[in-house]
Amino acid sequence: MVNITKTFGSLVANNKVCLDIHKGEILSLLGENGSGKTTLMNMLSGIYLPDSGQIFVDGKEVSITSPRDAFNLRIGMIHQHFKLVPVLTAAENIILGLNENRLVDLKSVAARIKEICDRYGFVVEPYKKVYDMSVSEKQTLEIVKVLYRGADILILDEPTAVLTPQETDRLFAVMRNMKADGKSIVIITHKLHEVMAISDRVAVLRKGQYIGDIATAETNPQQLTDMMVGHAVTLNIDRPEPENLRECLVVKDLTVLDVDGVKKLDKVSFTAYGGEILGVAGISGSGQKELLEAIAGLQIVEPGSSMLYTAMDSEETVELAGRNSMDIKKMGVRSAFVPEDRLGMGLVGSMSIPDNMMLRTYGNGKSIFTDRKTPRGMAEKVVEELQVMTPGMNAPVRRMSGGNIQKVLVGREIAADPSLLMTAYAVRGLDINTSYTIYHLLNEQKKHGVAVIYVGEDLDVLLELCDRILVLCAGKVSGIVDGRTIKKEEVGLLMTHLGQEEEA
Amino acid sequence: MKKESREPLVRISKRGVMSRGKAWGIRLVAVALSLIVCAFIIFAIVKLNPLKVYGAMFEGAFGTSKRIWVTVRDTMMLLCIAIGLAPAFKMKFWNIGAEGQILMGGIVSAACMIYLGKTVSTIPLLVIMLIGSMMAGGIWGLIPGLFKAKWNTNETLFTLMMNYIAIQITSFFVAKWENPFGSNTVGIINSRTQAGWFPPIFGQAYTLNVIIVMLLVVGMYLYLNYSKQGYEIAVVGESENTARYAAINVKKVIIRTMAISGALCGIAGFIAVAGASHTISTSTAGGQGFTAIIVCWLSKFNSFIMILISALLVFFEKGAIEIASRYNLNDYVSSMITGIILFFILGSEFFINYKVKFRGSKEEAK
Repeated sequence: MVNITKTFGSLVANNKVCLDIHKGEILSLLGENGSGKTTLMNMLSGIYLPDSGQIFVDGKEVSITSPRDAFNLRIGMIHQHFKLVPVLTAAENIILGLNENRLVDLKSVAARIKEICDRYGFVVEPYKKVYDMSVSEKQTLEIVKVLYRGADILILDEPTAVLTPQETDRLFAVMRNMKADGKSIVIITHKLHEVMAISDRVAVLRKGQYIGDIATAETNPQQLTDMMVGHAVTLNIDRPEPENLRECLVVKDLTVLDVDGVKKLDKVSFTAYGGEILGVAGISGSGQKELLEAIAGLQIVEPGSSMLYTAMDSEETVELAGRNSMDIKKMGVRSAFVPEDRLGMGLVGSMSIPDNMMLRTYGNGKSIFTDRKTPRGMAEKVVEELQVMTPGMNAPVRRMSGGNIQKVLVGREIAADPSLLMTAYAVRGLDINTSYTIYHLLNEQKKHGVAVIYVGEDLDVLLELCDRILVLCAGKVSGIVDGRTIKKEEVGLLMTHLGQEEEA
Repeated sequence: MKKESREPLVRISKRGVMSRGKAWGIRLVAVALSLIVCAFIIFAIVKLNPLKVYGAMFEGAFGTSKRIWVTVRDTMMLLCIAIGLAPAFKMKFWNIGAEGQILMGGIVSAACMIYLGKTVSTIPLLVIMLIGSMMAGGIWGLIPGLFKAKWNTNETLFTLMMNYIAIQITSFFVAKWENPFGSNTVGIINSRTQAGWFPPIFGQAYTLNVIIVMLLVVGMYLYLNYSKQGYEIAVVGESENTARYAAINVKKVIIRTMAISGALCGIAGFIAVAGASHTISTSTAGGQGFTAIIVCWLSKFNSFIMILISALLVFFEKGAIEIASRYNLNDYVSSMITGIILFFILGSEFFINYKVKFRGSKEEAK
């Protein structure tokens, strides 16, 4: 790829980027949020067309105007958001759009799928419906789909974001098999340790510019971070000693069922103290989402559950169990919640930053009209203090990048002056710089005496940031451990094994 | 064999924010283009001078002062319905039941005129009619809202079915109030006493229509953009999860908004009966409950832009009727023209949001 430029409106997503992909290598594409990694790869796979620049495949200049062109050039991309038809089976999804001019012979398709799977070590059930599949199965299917079409260059956009550590290992094993078979693989990721683990070469983008590439063996995470952010940042996360602990939330026997009656949380008990950060670890789907939503009054809890909340500067204790979000708001509980689904729950995508600022407070005051001044001032403050990059105050937040969206959300929740602050995957998908901004904000809150509950997926961060870590496994508490002394392996073990409560 | 390197014929890319003036420029060009296309079609099919046909359309809408007032009256009616629909559609509640809500409002108005016309004087009677029709329309909107909130029923089907019920109820009352006997119509109600008719203001029969609807225009603009309830509607329309997160009572908002939407459509029924036709029939709503949806979406719920769009639609309708009668064409030609023009207006939104570049055009200097 030579001198690729792509603009969206006035935003320059890629500026004269040159990138080589060698045969039989795994190349990591590294960059902060909005640095143009996905855009660049989308141009390679025919989703977007570059505004200028050339693409050469095997020495020949090509023009990729559609995903079909990309397939013809043996380029395939596995997107972050899967592009599968849920009601079809694996095999049907694979042949979808292939347009072979004959009757579909699903049996031979299945045989070929099996052949591909055997060669690289996948497991795909050809006749399984996609809606029955787990995230990792879907991802495997996407990869097989691309291989079925004969791709030699595979692009994986943040494949590990949705996987557990074990699944990630399995994916990496498959990737190595494919490399051994002569395939070229481009992996887009934020996680430096994965870059170090899997790739042969790293290419770094920053703000749409190509910074450089380097063989993985010759570099280290610190250097890569420097290349990504442009200046050195420390990798150490601050962890002040907790002071003046006080009980803020006492959860006892919290049980939550999902719509199908499956227990998502099973008699969970813990105490969150003001002045400390309580980490929540666990394999994704172990009940983290339900836990926070139950506290926020967005989940129906089973009888017998108890959640006692005490505000920062009062002695009065209130019961949150059995109350919905409206009751909790009326009771004056000052709990802030940064949900996992930022645009689907925490913010209104089509509204501007000021309009989003008043999402939780619009009802204050007696007037039938909304107060417009306060949220605007608040928005200006958040934008300035958290260095939010925005096309304009009145632009819908949906048009900002993920990291900036998160800054707006966290900024609003903290501005609410909470006693209890809950965050779910607060740094997911964020670049290192923004992540540190968020860690810093959480620590600030901790110093103010706020009880912070931090649900995270990166164990390294949990171990460096949190005072105590609550480990969930299949909806049960498998241990509450001291973040300063526990080893990563021990937490990993708790995440996968129950029955350690006595020891912890 | 494909060429190795090629550029697609057209390339489409998203635009940045466009200035308001330029956007309106594009829309105007779209209208102009659509008129040119229509001209060709008119000539091709009926061999008439398109300019003459357009002239006739203009005369049909604005030819005499009576026609102007009829155009204004019908614009106000369409506008009123569109304003009624705006909160529901902003909440992404597909209220296609305006027809029924209008009829229910109309029935109550007609009933008041028939039963109270002799005893109550004009102003109190009009107030009673207004409140009554709002309540009737409001209930007609409230019912699907309730079902949606409580049992998550599909509002599109529900509101549509409510239309048929309303039509049957109207038929029932038309039969009951039949006048003269055997005509199968209600006839002009109180044609002698004019009780319950909108009184002429400044010598014009339809001034009150304009006043009421203009008040609604301003009111709805403020309601949707500046009130707390309007904010709730916008949040619920975007995502129910977000609304719950923000401690908004989603069910209450749905029910309340549908009641308001229905009530405003009920006012449209009141205006149709008391301020325009002075009668009631199953065609009192006349499909305008559906046309108003177009007005609503095209204006992006901005009630001031709705004025423009409903005026445009009514203008075409009036013009179409005129050319149909003058040149002995049937109504379909006019529907065709309206369709083409709408197509161009809707299409222009695409060019406002996206940039289109043709093959070979030079890259602009950055």
